[in-house]
Amino acid sequence: MNHAAPLLLAIVDPALPWTWTFVGISFVLYLYIGWRSRVTDTEGFYVAGKGVPAIANGAATAADWMSAASFIGMAGLISFSGSDGCVYLMGWTGGYVLLALLLAPYLRKFGHYTVPDFIGQRYYSETARIVAAICAILISVTYVGGQMRGVGLVFARFLEIDLNYGVIIGMAIVGFFSVLGGMKGITWTQVAQYGVLIVAFMVPSIAISTMLTGQPVPQIGFVASDISEKLNAVLLELGEREYTQPFSKFSRLNVFCITAALMFGTAGLPHVIVRFYTVKDVRAARYSAVWAILFIAVLYTTAPALGMFARYNLIKNLHGAKIEELQQVTETGEKMPFPLYSLTSPDGKPLDWAMRWQRTGLLQIDDLDHDGLISLELRDVTPASPSSKPARRSELGKIDQDIIVLSTPEVAGLPPWVIALVAVGGLAAALSTASGLLLVISSSLAHDLYVRYYAPHATEMQRVTIGRVAIIFGIVVAGYFGIHPPGFVGEVVSFAFGLAAASFFPAIFLGIFFKRANRTGAVTGMIVGMVTTMCYIVMCTTDKVFPQFFTSPIISPDHWWFGISPQGIGTVGMLLNFAVTIVVSLTTPPPPKEIMELIESVRTPN
Amino acid sequence: MSKPLSRSETSSPRHPNPNARSYWQANLRVVGMLLTIWFIVAYGISILFIEQFNTIKIGSVGLGFWFAQQGSIFVFVGLVWIYAVAMDVIDRKFHKGERS
Repeated sequence: MNHAAPLLLAIVDPALPWTWTFVGISFVLYLYIGWRSRVTDTEGFYVAGKGVPAIANGAATAADWMSAASFIGMAGLISFSGSDGCVYLMGWTGGYVLLALLLAPYLRKFGHYTVPDFIGQRYYSETARIVAAICAILISVTYVGGQMRGVGLVFARFLEIDLNYGVIIGMAIVGFFSVLGGMKGITWTQVAQYGVLIVAFMVPSIAISTMLTGQPVPQIGFVASDISEKLNAVLLELGEREYTQPFSKFSRLNVFCITAALMFGTAGLPHVIVRFYTVKDVRAARYSAVWAILFIAVLYTTAPALGMFARYNLIKNLHGAKIEELQQVTETGEKMPFPLYSLTSPDGKPLDWAMRWQRTGLLQIDDLDHDGLISLELRDVTPASPSSKPARRSELGKIDQDIIVLSTPEVAGLPPWVIALVAVGGLAAALSTASGLLLVISSSLAHDLYVRYYAPHATEMQRVTIGRVAIIFGIVVAGYFGIHPPGFVGEVVSFAFGLAAASFFPAIFLGIFFKRANRTGAVTGMIVGMVTTMCYIVMCTTDKVFPQFFTSPIISPDHWWFGISPQGIGTVGMLLNFAVTIVVSLTTPPPPKEIMELIESVRTPN
Repeated sequence: MSKPLSRSETSSPRHPNPNARSYWQANLRVVGMLLTIWFIVAYGISILFIEQFNTIKIGSVGLGFWFAQQGSIFVFVGLVWIYAVAMDVIDRKFHKGERS
């Protein structure tokens, strides 16, 4: 390879040394904590020996919950969904209320290791346990898939490599941290990761809020400034809908369904539920829920402000920017599959960040009228082939919504260390969630399935080893979905929530609040809910998940059932699950007396 | 022996401990009340009637938009906190609190 000739493309990224330093320091910190609290026994591996204080558990729950989707994906999704971005904001926080009020205290009282444990015992059925374990694995793998893409994005941008290699590096790092830890290591590491991710999210948000509105608190800048009005006006000019206009991205029915799917899914997520097994008693479970939602709310009330500011700032910087086409080769002499442009903003600043993102392929510019300027105005474009539909788009050929948060500090011209901080925050968010999820995959495979049915006499060491092997299996499957994602990070994650809503929420909820629910009802309900939701999501995304076999999805958006998007189908699956469980339970014999007593005991705190 | 599917079903008439039964009822009342507020804020103000609420302004944005993107989250935090405190009160009343 010849690196001798310095090419025009090789603009040195000033954030790079900072990124390496921050990533290095944070990884050493996580490793140190993981090593300090390392475990060798099963209880420590799965539930941290039940000795975690409420506030620490709250922070860990918040980190567990706020994944790459919250950190990297959500503000970007909101940025491009405007008012309808509320589905993610309310969906991922409102579900927490359900979890705290309807499930957490009772599951803590029940006090076993995993969600399949609860379902297996409450429904006095090994079949129920197996079905639950399989559901837990499917949900978690989908969810980790979204995280892998998030981690991949961070590496792709900061190492300036292809997204797929970014995902593979991410898999290796996530695997390393998860195999090492177990729940106890994870809990304390996640407390640290919460600290990292919240600082990393708030610093650029406060900076951009101060810059655009003069108000350092983004939540206040969001309502008190005139940015929303300015953005509405600019978007109208460009031929788009107003930012604050409701139902411009989703129909009212879809906003309703997606919000509900995310809420009930949140309450049914196995890796979040398992968190409440790690506190000392029922009261601590309630207060750790308070801490967790408080910690979550800090990020979730900032994200809509960041989304709005970022959208405005992006348009201000790009609309009317001068562009110049560059040599189409990379440093290694390969030809790029699309043209690259160097950009200069309307007020004459060179936009190096746009160059760097173009190289990852996540930002593409398409000078439709060859006037050397980018226009973000929507226009009708003649289709490339006569068979494809006429498109309406701007000269920003492609902007991957997932890059909004990562690029905001650069777009806003913030110092390089802030840019590095955001990269580290994104990694912290993805790592903390991925490790929690991998633990669920591991416990479902090893604890609920393998040890129970194949090797009931396995020693503690063997169980922990099997758990670790299961983690590696989980990473490989999730990595595939990271490379062939069915959607943006936030969308992939919302599929996982839909699956959780359709399978777990009714089973756990009815298990506590409806004594008459029996095993036949619960098993049929979970299967119906899971299968319906899973099939619908897969059929709507076949072209993205299996690009080698499909060129278009089996169910295209024009043929969605009642117009319900695959992100919202979990609500339908959940209603089916409820109906089936209740009807089947009432037509089959009631649960035995011991189960009635078990429910009574779960309902009282001591 | 199929029983009617109602709220009262959730506590069996053959319950061994009447105290546990009224504890459960008190718990259900708190949860029911808080979830009503939850539903009104999330689905009522922010989705079903967002346009109507958007005609009222808070700062430079519509109230419906604000609730959908920020307000509801503040309410959710409040609900979870009120629940924890209310349950402490109920626990004490029924001498079930782990602190007693």
